[in-house]
Amino acid sequence: MAEPFSGTTEHTPVSHHILSVLVENKSGVLSRIAGLFSRRGFNIFSLAVAPAAEDQRFSRLTIVVDAESAPIAQVVGQLNKLINVVEINDMRPDEATERELLLATVSVGEEGRAALLNSMAHAGASIVDFSANSVTVSLSGTPAAVDAFERHLEANYAPVEVQRTGRVALPRLNPPA
Amino acid sequence: MKITGAQSLIKSLEAQGVEVIFGLPGGAILPVYDPIIDSTIRHILVRHEQGAGHMAEGYAQATGRPGVALVTSGPGATNIVTPISNAYMDSIPLVVITGQVPTAAIGTDAFQECDITGITQGITKHNWLITDVADIPTVIAEAFYVATTGRPGPVLVDFPKDIAQTEVEWVDPPSFDELDLPGYKPQLDGDAELIEAAAQMMATAERPVLYVGGGILKARGAGALRTLAETTGIPVVTTLMARGAFPDSHELCLGMPGMHGNYTAITAMQEADLLVSLGARFDDRVTGKLDGFAPKAQIIHVDIDPAELNKVRRADIGIVGDARRVTEALATVSASKTQTDRSAWWAQLSEWQERYPLTFEPAEEGQALKPQAVIEALAAHSPADTIVVAGVGQHQMWAAQHWSYETPYTWINSGGAGTMGFAVPGAIGAKVGEPGRTVWGIDGDGCFQMTAQELVTARVEGIPVKIAILNNSYLGMVRQWQEMFYEERYSEVYLTPDVPNFVMLAEAMGCVGIRVDRPEDVIPAIERANAINDRPVVIDFRTDASEKVFPMVPAGASNSDVVVHPTQREGA
Ligand SMILES: Cc1ncc(C[n+]2csc(CCOP(=O)(O)OP(=O)(O)O)c2C)c(N)n1
Ligand SMILES: [Mg+2]
Repeated sequence: MAEPFSGTTEHTPVSHHILSVLVENKSGVLSRIAGLFSRRGFNIFSLAVAPAAEDQRFSRLTIVVDAESAPIAQVVGQLNKLINVVEINDMRPDEATERELLLATVSVGEEGRAALLNSMAHAGASIVDFSANSVTVSLSGTPAAVDAFERHLEANYAPVEVQRTGRVALPRLNPPA
Repeated sequence: MKITGAQSLIKSLEAQGVEVIFGLPGGAILPVYDPIIDSTIRHILVRHEQGAGHMAEGYAQATGRPGVALVTSGPGATNIVTPISNAYMDSIPLVVITGQVPTAAIGTDAFQECDITGITQGITKHNWLITDVADIPTVIAEAFYVATTGRPGPVLVDFPKDIAQTEVEWVDPPSFDELDLPGYKPQLDGDAELIEAAAQMMATAERPVLYVGGGILKARGAGALRTLAETTGIPVVTTLMARGAFPDSHELCLGMPGMHGNYTAITAMQEADLLVSLGARFDDRVTGKLDGFAPKAQIIHVDIDPAELNKVRRADIGIVGDARRVTEALATVSASKTQTDRSAWWAQLSEWQERYPLTFEPAEEGQALKPQAVIEALAAHSPADTIVVAGVGQHQMWAAQHWSYETPYTWINSGGAGTMGFAVPGAIGAKVGEPGRTVWGIDGDGCFQMTAQELVTARVEGIPVKIAILNNSYLGMVRQWQEMFYEERYSEVYLTPDVPNFVMLAEAMGCVGIRVDRPEDVIPAIERANAINDRPVVIDFRTDASEKVFPMVPAGASNSDVVVHPTQREGA
């Protein structure tokens, strides 16, 4: 019997920074950034790309960087040297509002559905697709909440398939002093 | 006026003031070679594309103007990867144009296709693949702007064949100010408050050293450096990339630091309470073991590349800006400050200089030539404004140590990459840029064999360089490491002394070849070579293979453990 999802997490994120990077929409720009990270030994936890809202010429990348693999100032400094990188906003986790989207297809029969729905309700997840013995659920939330929900699914339903987008972030409006 | 993309490219290069291109044609770049016939630009036909790249670098290093190389796709492009990497390491403004297969064929493994923008992504400041014939003047302007401003470096423009053949209305290129590069804004002026704080730190330092790197030369800042040094009375060390930025004969000059620097320069940095780094980057060949480097020193670090600050060594004051402008500002602010009394520091420095000068033991009767003596003879018997271009190895270090560099841009070498084969084409490029001056390539027998064929180019194009081979019949620098660190187990370092016959090889390439075995023949040979101006000259100096470069900081050791010449060691 599946445990109900408690909605809390003991998860402590490893030392990371969130870089919100405005880049020119030029061919090869992603490869330049990925190449720079691997060449200089900087680790990326996740990378999300979307057209920049403000201007068609630009895209915005949200890169979650392992702040232990290299000094963050060095990562920012080297990224800034790429000609197509226009602007970098470097946020510590406590300075950022972060969200991430998870999609998961889990195998669940008739008997398990109630418990699944219960834990989904706790987590704030919703059903986006279903069949006789599988359900695809989605959850958007803080990376910690998404982590916790993913672990819960893995522990109880042997998810067939999980996809996460990687985080996007904006500076917090009331950052810690 | 309608012209082809190829014509547009050549017109765009003319518009950037290009006077010479080093290159070699092939299928994909063929259309571009047609308008070269009608261009004002001189084209120098090389024998190998690596030669084109290093010639463009020698030209750039000697003149300060960007070097330009033009090659075909595929193997033409990959042959110039080494020079691009070299230019990246030494911050040389280099513009490489590669032919590419037609746009429609890209990605199909077409004949002589290769992803050169992908290959060179990590070793260029930026590269471009031209996708629209109308972009040519702008992309070329951007390429020159990026290569020559900020921290200079190599750029590459990949030019598909169909674009070269497409017609387009010529439009004058935008000026640098008009370029739309929102992510590229080099910061030239240093922060005034930081400069004030730095000048104050300098004035009160008891054991300061000006640690000067190649950036000061890139910034044309030798004059500013001299003013700053003389205003503050602070001693100067010039790294391998900065030899000539400050006169070696100047009383404030301590010479070269680093793995094969002199004892005083190395030890002054070790004992300093303040290092003022001007356009240097705390390279491992200068710092030795990082933990043990300059343990008592505060750091002022001036660099145009913000990513250099705190990369290797934390700076107490980091100033982003052009090395010349910041140095000028430091000198201006320093003029109104009183410097701490540093007589104790100078007494210490003088003691080291007296005790540990650069030294070597002269050849005895019948012995082979001493390489250091050959360098000293070359320096003494060549014009004062001679440009020296070195290969990589022991001969390079002796040339850096034993030639007294008095003016900027008289010393050119491959520092960051250590590219064997740089000297011959590098010297040719320097001579093309400075045809009125004597250019001596100082090369090793190993290095020479990597790019010697460019002497054919030099002869045919009328570029009378002079090459001194310090022929020890070994990959000497590697031999030195095997002798010192591998119990004299010599593995694959012996080069056959009489094959090739360098004199015959030189003559086969249309050059004058001279061989020197005996000390008394050194000066006459140099004088003969210096008198020849209608063709290149090669002198094969037969040198003592057992000579080693000292001082030496063994790789991984602290600079405090510098190994001096055997005659200067305890008990010697
Ligand atoms: C392209 C390249 N291959 C290998 C090396 C490694 N290496 C550094 S110095 C050296 C020996 C150079 O021999 P030579 O030109 O005879 O100079 P010498 O040290 O004898 O003066 C070698 C093999 C290098 N720096 N560059
Ligand atoms: Mg040799």
